[in-house]
Amino acid sequence: MIVLADGLTLVERKLLHLRHQPGTLVAMLVMPAVMVVLFGFVFGSAIKVPGGGNYREYLMPGLFVMTGVFALSSAMVDVATDQGRGVTDRLRSMPTARAAVPVGQTGADTVTGLFGLLILMASGLAFGWRAHHGLGHALGAIGVLLLFRYTMSWVGTYLGLIMPSAQTADALAPLTLPLSMLSNAFVPTDGMPGWLRVVCEGNPLSAAVAACRSLFGNPGAAAAGGSWPLTHPLAATLLWSAFLLAVFVPLSVRRFTRAGL
Amino acid sequence: MGNLGQPGNGDSPAVSVHGLRKRYGDVEALSGLDLTVAPGTVHGLLGPNGAGKSTVVRILSTLTRATAGRATVAGHDVAARPDAVREAIGLAGQHAAVDEKLTGRENLRIFGRLARLGRRGARHRADDLLERFELTEAADRLVGTYSGGMRRRIDLIASLLRAPAVLFLDEPTTGLDPRSRLDIWAIVRELVAEGTTVLLTTQYLDEADQLASAVAVVDRGRVIAEGSPAELKARIGSHVDVEVGGEADLAGAVAVLERLTGGRPAVEDLRIVTGVPGRAPSVPRLVRELDAAGVAVQDVGVRRPSLDDVFLTLTGRTTGTGGADGGATGMRRHDRAKEGATA
Repeated sequence: MIVLADGLTLVERKLLHLRHQPGTLVAMLVMPAVMVVLFGFVFGSAIKVPGGGNYREYLMPGLFVMTGVFALSSAMVDVATDQGRGVTDRLRSMPTARAAVPVGQTGADTVTGLFGLLILMASGLAFGWRAHHGLGHALGAIGVLLLFRYTMSWVGTYLGLIMPSAQTADALAPLTLPLSMLSNAFVPTDGMPGWLRVVCEGNPLSAAVAACRSLFGNPGAAAAGGSWPLTHPLAATLLWSAFLLAVFVPLSVRRFTRAGL
Repeated sequence: MGNLGQPGNGDSPAVSVHGLRKRYGDVEALSGLDLTVAPGTVHGLLGPNGAGKSTVVRILSTLTRATAGRATVAGHDVAARPDAVREAIGLAGQHAAVDEKLTGRENLRIFGRLARLGRRGARHRADDLLERFELTEAADRLVGTYSGGMRRRIDLIASLLRAPAVLFLDEPTTGLDPRSRLDIWAIVRELVAEGTTVLLTTQYLDEADQLASAVAVVDRGRVIAEGSPAELKARIGSHVDVEVGGEADLAGAVAVLERLTGGRPAVEDLRIVTGVPGRAPSVPRLVRELDAAGVAVQDVGVRRPSLDDVFLTLTGRTTGTGGADGGATGMRRHDRAKEGATA
């Protein structure tokens, strides 16, 4: 209950940030459409989807997952900023359940992430993307996306806690972009050199993207005989999330709970 | 939530520390520090950067654990009952530990809710505190637009949300302009008048002098002297400062000063500074005796020792705060007029 109440308070904190920075809100609304147009039409004109199909249909699950990866950098920056400013110490000196803070923050990010995801889906729908397997599968895909985002948010929380300063976190944050490029999110992995293909298909992102494609019924499913994560994307995503959460939740909570330096 | 800003039970100390040690790797930040803070008082921890003051506050506010030793706050052991300690304390650190992207009021409401005041309780408490500390006008502006002094004030107010019995102020005025320092001091005095116990770390000697009824001088992780500011200064004695009219007057003046003070006058151009172990002779007497000896006197003054002098005497080093901060130099009062008037 306490964790839930703190989570709601932290969601409100995030929403207040948005209210005070309408620019961020506008960017949040406009960016998805820009990304769909940019990637969908610019890349789409040159990329052949394996097995045929519309590139924008192929692209959308990639964009959905990519916004989840951004939760990693935003959590990292937020946590490092709070820590640098002494806000984290203030919270740790208050009778707030210590575990409640990272749990609340990651929970809050997942809630705001859902809004972002819905906006991006609406943009996709406007440019011809569809969920072909019905509401149940679509909800399943949303569940997978939120789980993935939640996982990334915990990884980012831990990285934020170990950052020496908010500036370092700011400087490292853009690295999530190449991280999400090293996957099947934008281009099929078939044509990549062997070593790169191993890296990209092993990226947890790729499994999540493939899982979404299969649940939404979008083109680009891996051919039989492909690597295990891509032929069993749902299981691979769940395993990746379970593994990363099992590592980073205790690490973050411990780091937050146990007095630091 | 039991005691709202009240001193607590009877005479038992608000903070009690025995043999506190803290190691960070090879560095010993605290090497057996003892401290007792009486309830309802301001206790100053005075020392240069790196003396271990902040480490004491971090241990007492449950942010970090001691390597050895024992500490209680408001009667609760910090290692065994950190939750009980957190219920009883407030912490305002060297930063303005608030969210710059929120308004002052929103900050207080959010922190109030996280401090378990409830949505309604937090709203009322935030409004009350803003009004009481005269931040109502700025309350609905983003903290990012606040001046340095206002940020510290909202930070201090945020530490009062739960009406703490013991308040830790870790260098609350470092880097502030003189006027904002006075604002913070006024708040601290008001809180203490209501029964709050304050442990204040500072490297500003005048701050300890102004606020604290007891001061512990901290150096290299231990307390090297303790007492009221007056007691500490009494250890040092005072200085007599004389400026003569010409070089011909120097010898006569030195002779008079030696006789009156028992000290050894040091001559620098036309100035003579004499350290006096005990109480210095009064200014009128100095003037009379110098006049009687036929010395042309330009200026006579008695300087009371500053805590800066105390630190120098105790450690053989200065505090390193220099004159740049305006705080240390503020202590060097030349009480000429005052001495003359009261003599």
